[in-house]
Amino acid sequence: MSANTDAVLYDHPGPRAKVRNTALTIVFGIGLLLVLWWIYRKFDAKGQWAGPLWHPFVEGSTWTSYILPGLWSTVSAAAVAMVFSLIFGIVFAVGRLSDHRWLSVPSGVVVEFFRAVPLLLMMFFIFFGIPFLTEEPMPPFWAVVLGLTFYNGSVLAEAFRAGIRAVPTGQSEAGYAIGMRKNQVMREILIPQAARAMLPVIVSQLVVLVKDTALGYIIGYTELLQDGVNTVGANFGNVVAAAIVAAIIYIILNASLTFFAGVLERRTRRSGRAPRASAGPAPATVNATPETL
Amino acid sequence: MDVFTDSANIDTYVTGFLWILKLTAAGAVGALVLGVLLAAMRVSPVPVLRGFGTAWVNIFRNTPLTLIVFFCYFGLYSALGFELSDDIDTNNYWLGVVGLSVYTAAFVCEAIRSGINTVPVGQAEAARAIGMSFLQTLTLIVLPQAARAVVAPLGSTFIALAKNATIVGTIGLMESSTAMKDLINANGDAVIPIFLVFAGTFAIVLIPTGYLFGWLANRLAVKR
Amino acid sequence: MRITRLTAVVGALALAMAAAACGGDDSGSGSASGIVGKASKDKKLVFGVKADQPGLGLQTGGSYTGFDIEITKIIAKGLGVPESGIEYKTTVSANREPFIQQGQVDVVVATYTINDDRKKVVNFAGPYYVAGQDLLVRADETAITGPESLAGKKVCSVSGSTPAKRIQTDYKDAKLQQFDSYSKCVTALADKSVDAVTTDDIILAGYAAQDQYAGKLKVVGKKFSDEPYGIGVKKSDTEGCNKINEILKTAATDGSYKAAWDATLGKSGSAAPTLDVSKLTNCS
Repeated sequence: MSANTDAVLYDHPGPRAKVRNTALTIVFGIGLLLVLWWIYRKFDAKGQWAGPLWHPFVEGSTWTSYILPGLWSTVSAAAVAMVFSLIFGIVFAVGRLSDHRWLSVPSGVVVEFFRAVPLLLMMFFIFFGIPFLTEEPMPPFWAVVLGLTFYNGSVLAEAFRAGIRAVPTGQSEAGYAIGMRKNQVMREILIPQAARAMLPVIVSQLVVLVKDTALGYIIGYTELLQDGVNTVGANFGNVVAAAIVAAIIYIILNASLTFFAGVLERRTRRSGRAPRASAGPAPATVNATPETL
Repeated sequence: MDVFTDSANIDTYVTGFLWILKLTAAGAVGALVLGVLLAAMRVSPVPVLRGFGTAWVNIFRNTPLTLIVFFCYFGLYSALGFELSDDIDTNNYWLGVVGLSVYTAAFVCEAIRSGINTVPVGQAEAARAIGMSFLQTLTLIVLPQAARAVVAPLGSTFIALAKNATIVGTIGLMESSTAMKDLINANGDAVIPIFLVFAGTFAIVLIPTGYLFGWLANRLAVKR
Repeated sequence: MRITRLTAVVGALALAMAAAACGGDDSGSGSASGIVGKASKDKKLVFGVKADQPGLGLQTGGSYTGFDIEITKIIAKGLGVPESGIEYKTTVSANREPFIQQGQVDVVVATYTINDDRKKVVNFAGPYYVAGQDLLVRADETAITGPESLAGKKVCSVSGSTPAKRIQTDYKDAKLQQFDSYSKCVTALADKSVDAVTTDDIILAGYAAQDQYAGKLKVVGKKFSDEPYGIGVKKSDTEGCNKINEILKTAATDGSYKAAWDATLGKSGSAAPTLDVSKLTNCS
C-alpha cells in the first residue's frame, strides 16, 4: 500500500456515510473545543495567561540574550552530533556486516551496548567520569555531542545494516560479477542505495537527536532549556510560559527538519534512481521504524 | 566496588530500577492503547479524526520528553488539578506515566501505520467488496495482519520507553539516573564502578529483550 | 559564537595542559597553574557563577547580576584583573566541582556551601557569607512556622541538594518534591502545588523580592542550619585560596563588601551582614 493507504480502508462515502461522517466531525470537533476551552480557563484561573508572564516574549532583548543563544547552542551541538552519528553509524554498520569476526563481533558489542544505555546515564558518565580517566577536562558541549553520537550513531548503525541487507542481492552479485571487491561493492553499490532507502529513518533519528540535546542542561550545557526556560523563568517568574515557547520552537525546528527530508525524498524519487521501498522486500519498511528517545 | 556493599546504596539502586520497571510497564500499556486509537484515527474516513491524529503525532513526537513531563506536572497537575494520588511519589509516578504514554503513543501510532502499509491492498479491497465497514475492515482484516509486522518496531519503541523512563527524574522521582547521580555525588571516587553497574543493568535487561523481539518478529512475520 | 566556543574549548584544553605540565609538584607555591599567576600574567579570570538565582547570580540580558557577581568583582580587583578581563561561565549545582577540577573555570562563586565532601576535591576560601536553610511560603500561610511544622506538608527543593537531603533525613514527615531548579519550585509554590520551598535563606529572599512575587511570598525567617558560602578554587591552589582570603579581609574593612551587599540583596532593605574574618578557612 502506498501513499493512498488511508483511502483503501473505506469506500467513497455515499449519502448516509457522508451524514454520519459530518455528525462525527461535529461531535468530535465540539468535544475537542470544549476540552481546549476548559484547559484555557483552568490556566487562566491560575493566572498563566497574565500579560507580565508573556510580555518578555515580545521584547527583542529576551530573544537576543536568552532564547537565541540557547537555540544556537542546541543547533550547533545537534549539527556536530548529526555528522558524527552518521559517520559512526556507517562505520559500525559496515563493521558489523564484515566477514571478519574480529571486526564484526566488537562492532556488534559496541552497538548493542550503546543502544541499551539511557542517554542521560551516558551523558552523566562522559561528563563526570571520563575526566577521571583521561585527566583532561570534558567541556559540556563535547559531553553532549559524544553522548548523542554514541547513542544515535548506534541506532543509525542498526538502521543502515537493515538497509544494506534489504538491497536486492542481485545488486551486489552484479557488482562481484564485474570484478568489484567487497569493499567496492559496499562503498559504491550498497551504501548509496541503502542510504536513500533509509532516508526516512535517518531523519526521524535526527529529530530524536535534536530533542535529546535538551538533556544537556542537566550537565550544565546552556542550551535552549537552560537559557530559554530556566534562566528566563528565573528572570521573569514565568517558567510555564517559557516552557510553552520553548516547546513551540522545538516543534517548528523538528517539523521543518522532517519537511525538508520529505522534499529531499521526493526529489530522489523523481530522479528515478532510488529503488522504492514498496518494491523491495517488506522487512525493509518494518525494520526502518526508528528507535525513540 | 565497596559502594555496593553499603545497604543504603543498594537500596537506592534497587528503588531506582523498581521505578523504571513500573514506569515502563504502565507506560507501555498506556502507549499501546493510545497508539492503536491514534493509528485508527489517522486512517479513518472522518477528516477531523485524521487531523487530530496527525496533530498529536506531530506535536508530541517533536517535543523533548523533558518538556512533556514538565507540562504533565505544571499543566496537568498544577493548572488543571489532576491529583492522581495523595502521595507525592505516587502522584509524580502517574504524571510520569501519562507523559511517557502520550509521547510514546505517537511512535506506536507511526509504527502501526507502517505495519498497515505492509498489508497487501487486496486484503482491504476484498473486505470492502464483501461489504465490510471501515471499522470491520480495520479491526478484523487489516490490524490482525499488521500486528505481526509491527512486533519489531514496537519492540524498539518499548525498549526506548524503558530508557526514556529515566527522564521522569526531572520531576523528582528517584529513578535510576537520579539514583546514579546521587551515588556519584556521595562517592566521587567510584564513578566508574557506579556507572558500569547502572549501565550494565540496563544493558543486561534490554539487549536480550531486543533479541527476544527480533526473534518474535521473525517467527510471526507473514511470509509473502 | 561558534568560533568563541571553539577558542574557549581550545583555551580550556591549553590551560589544562599547562596546568598538567606544572602540576607535578602541586604542593609547591607560586606555580603558574594558580589563579594568582594567571591573573598577573593574562589579566583574565574565568568565574563560575549561577545564572538563575535572583539576587545572587542571575543572567539578565547579556550580563550577570547579584551578590555573588559583586564578590567576583572584588576578587578580580584584588588580583589585579580589570573588569573587562572577567569572564563568566554558567554553572549548575551538579557541575561546580568538575568545572574547577577540569580548569573550565578558575574560581567558583555560586552559592557554594563549604562542606567536608567538597573540601576533598576543592580548595575553599571564605566563607564570605553564612546562609542558613529556611522556608519560603505563600504570604497568607499561617500553618508553617518552621521546619517542625512541616509534617504532612509538601516541601520543594532541588534534587540532590543539601537542603533536600536534610529534609529527607531530619524531617521525615514532610513530603519532599524535587525539581532541577528553584524557579520550578517557586512556580509550584505560587501555583499551590507545594506548600513550601526550602533552601538557603539568601536564595529564598532573592525570589521573594522579585517583582512577580512581591507580596505573594514570604520567607519564614527561622534558619535551621548554617551554610557557609565559600569560594572554590583548584585543590592544589593554596596560594590562590590564601590570596582570596586576604582580599576578603580587606573588603570587610574598606567598605567594598558592604557596597556589594547594598547594591544587590540589600536593596530590599535588609542591612549588610558583617564579614567575620576570624572564620575564614585556612586553605589547607
